[in-house]
Amino acid sequence: MKPLNQKAWLLVLPVIVCVAFSAILPLMTVVNYSVQDIISPERRVFVGTEWFASVMRDEDLHAALLRQLGFSLAVLAVEIPLGIVLALSMPATGWKASAVLVVVALSLLIPWNVVGTIWQIYGRADIGLLGAALQKLGIDYSYTGNARDAWITVLVMDVWHWTPLVALLCYAGLRAIPDAYYQAARIDGASKWAVFRYIQLPKLRGVLMIAVLLRFMDSFMIYTEPFVLTGGGPGNATTFLSQYLTQKAVGQFDLGPAAAFSLIYFLIILLLCFVLYNWMQRVGTVDAGAADPGAVR
Amino acid sequence: MARIDLDLAHAYRPHPKADSDYALLPLKMTFEDGGAYALLGPSGCGKTTLLNIVSGLLTPSQGTVRFDGRDVTAASPQQRNIAQVFQFPVIYDTMTVAENLAFPLRNRKVAEDRIRQRVGEIAEMLELNHQLDQRAAGLSADAKQKISLGRGLVRSDVSAVLFDEPLTVIDPHLKWQLRRKLKQIHHELKLTLVYVTHDQVEALTFADQVVVMTRGRAVQIGRASELFERPAHTFVGHFIGSPGMNFLPAAVLPGAPAGAAKLGVRPEYVALAAPDSAGAVPAKVTQVQDIGTYWLLGAALADGTVLRARLGVEQAVPRVGDTAWLAIVGPHTCWYGANEELIA
Amino acid sequence: MKARRFQKRSVFLVAYILFALLPIYWMVNMSFKTNNEILSSFSFFPQQFTWDNYRTIFTDASWYSGYINSLIYVAINTVISITVALPAAYAFSRYRFLGDKHVFFWLLTNRMTPPAVFLLPFFQLYSTLGLMDTHLAVALAHLVFNVPLAVWILEGFMSGVPREIDETAYIDGYSFPRFFLTIFIPLIKAGVGVACFFCFMFSWVELLLARTLTSVNAKPIVATMTRTVSASGMDWAVLAAAGTLTIVPGAIVIWFVRHYIAKGFAMGRV
Repeated sequence: MKPLNQKAWLLVLPVIVCVAFSAILPLMTVVNYSVQDIISPERRVFVGTEWFASVMRDEDLHAALLRQLGFSLAVLAVEIPLGIVLALSMPATGWKASAVLVVVALSLLIPWNVVGTIWQIYGRADIGLLGAALQKLGIDYSYTGNARDAWITVLVMDVWHWTPLVALLCYAGLRAIPDAYYQAARIDGASKWAVFRYIQLPKLRGVLMIAVLLRFMDSFMIYTEPFVLTGGGPGNATTFLSQYLTQKAVGQFDLGPAAAFSLIYFLIILLLCFVLYNWMQRVGTVDAGAADPGAVR
Repeated sequence: MARIDLDLAHAYRPHPKADSDYALLPLKMTFEDGGAYALLGPSGCGKTTLLNIVSGLLTPSQGTVRFDGRDVTAASPQQRNIAQVFQFPVIYDTMTVAENLAFPLRNRKVAEDRIRQRVGEIAEMLELNHQLDQRAAGLSADAKQKISLGRGLVRSDVSAVLFDEPLTVIDPHLKWQLRRKLKQIHHELKLTLVYVTHDQVEALTFADQVVVMTRGRAVQIGRASELFERPAHTFVGHFIGSPGMNFLPAAVLPGAPAGAAKLGVRPEYVALAAPDSAGAVPAKVTQVQDIGTYWLLGAALADGTVLRARLGVEQAVPRVGDTAWLAIVGPHTCWYGANEELIA
Repeated sequence: MKARRFQKRSVFLVAYILFALLPIYWMVNMSFKTNNEILSSFSFFPQQFTWDNYRTIFTDASWYSGYINSLIYVAINTVISITVALPAAYAFSRYRFLGDKHVFFWLLTNRMTPPAVFLLPFFQLYSTLGLMDTHLAVALAHLVFNVPLAVWILEGFMSGVPREIDETAYIDGYSFPRFFLTIFIPLIKAGVGVACFFCFMFSWVELLLARTLTSVNAKPIVATMTRTVSASGMDWAVLAAAGTLTIVPGAIVIWFVRHYIAKGFAMGRV
């Protein structure tokens, strides 16, 4: 049991100052704006919850929200299973393990606009390998003109970009399973599927929780990659929430509604974060009870 | 239930040249059907390697393993039909106790009612029958180890049960309960049991025969009494017993057999003697400890070697600083050659 | 049975690696071609191999300054993040105090906030402070998500160090700073490595805030590249070269921390 020590606050103070400066002050500004009508820098009118109401009624917002939810769910549906399978197929030891690890992790370290750029080039029929290949196969493909193609391209791009995160988390989780479990399963005559279902998957529960949490949050906030690739188009087919917000705030300089929307956006994520975090904690304690002092493979 | 014959060696590299290249130096031993054996030795002596070779998790670099005369060296653990209990409990977290125990049988496609019956029998024997429907993950360490054991026993044709230091994570006050349970199971099921440990008390109480190992070598196989009375190697003399055997240069007294380099005598057999009596040496008492049921005496010889003696509580014990005469040559004394092995 | 399983897995792995590397390969391929060649022909290997694009980047100040700017603010941010996160992580790991769980959770929420939410406030804040278009501004702005992450990761590693070590040090007469620097930190080297890796990664790749808070002096490479895109006439070749160069620091970092990556993710705290 950890000892009670209020002086520990001193140790935490620098962090709080940094983050408060970066977060609380701006948030206060946002709250400030969200309840005012800023007609000009000098003229501000207090409007209370009017912006919140109008934002909630905004049909464009509803559309963007639905698009966003669809996207995030699709992302999870593809990246989580794919990540698990990838982790299972990555070698555990030897020089091959290091090499594969570096290759797989590479896409995580590419600046997000470069990711967009890579796929922007890749998907074009004139200068891109994918675009040209699809054209040669006779498939009608244009991510700039066709909304469905744009959706698929953004999805594939995200899968290409972020599946390694899920895979690396699962890979680490798998390495933490002591050999004895696999040995016992062999002795018990378990099939490969049984080993996955009864040993690997349960032990990956904690790690998968984190993967789901992170991927959902990050995909919910996605901005750069789709912006560079499609600019939100064609039309607003791939305009997700972040881009919608940025358009409102920067493009249209509609500060009041933008601020209100920001807060709602933030609150949605906060709520989901809270729910998932608590769920994670509960999963964590169950796992702690079953933890074993086994060797790492 | 099977008789296991081993005739093998295991080296780290393909072409071993020196002894240090071997994890297990060439050995030949037999585990009789239905016997309880312990592999005893310090960490790194090769006992777990040997166990894994018997179970099939490891293939020896040379030699054979036979079960009932059948060569199983290349066979998998499943094919050998063994059961293994590891140092920490290995259970399937998502299943109940009953499902855990039924798992090996389900994999073999045994009929459901047979499974239920067998699970019930084993659970009763291990005193788990009241917890059959509980989630295995929430139980205590000793219950989980019993489940691990149960999964091995549930197959009625299991050839041998192997234990790799299974009591390591068990609370001390529960250890003796589990040990008693293991002995009971051995008595009832008459299985071949092989138990790896570094704790001599566990080994000596559990097994009919103990294999003492050090640095890849099996130095002696025998019953507890043999290991105690006539250790075949100075290591056995030193490792078994609390405290271990006293070792002195053979030349300390006349009358040593030819080729003897060392003399070994257990503290239990070192007795107080009259001055200048045959087979006794003078020593200055450095330590006297009252253990309760006996006295532990420490005395230094002229050359500095410390002799330990266990004396009964009824004896008159000398004080620190006194010179005492200790009889060391007698019927229980062992003589060892330059290679550390027993000559007489 | 084993041989077949091996085959299925490696087939999948090879297929995925191909999927992962092809787009990157294509861009690298383009970076060695001229614009003419890119638009006129199609080949897996440059027919007229040229270093021109890279030469442009290394000689044109508006390009290479972008890299330098990025490296500067990423370095500043990483140093600040780790420095303030270390004592805080220690506090969370070793003690209970009033509001500790809530503060921890609040920190995590900052990691979860869409940068878009901070866009305008940051713009105003840093303008007011006169920090617009400085490396410090971006470094400070990135603290929002990097500090919580660093605290989260470091706390995980610190909890793995037994408290007996702290107690022994106090008994031996070490002062807290000396204990922390000479004994504790070496024990969590892997954790510090992992935290540095992630701080570097998230700061290096972030675009929105970096672009908003800079204009000329501290313009990061990510912004320079987007500017190129919106300029008239796509300079694909130079763009490809610039993109390739942005991957290089990342690849180097992964190579150096490759042993720690698995361990770091194993803490379950990314």
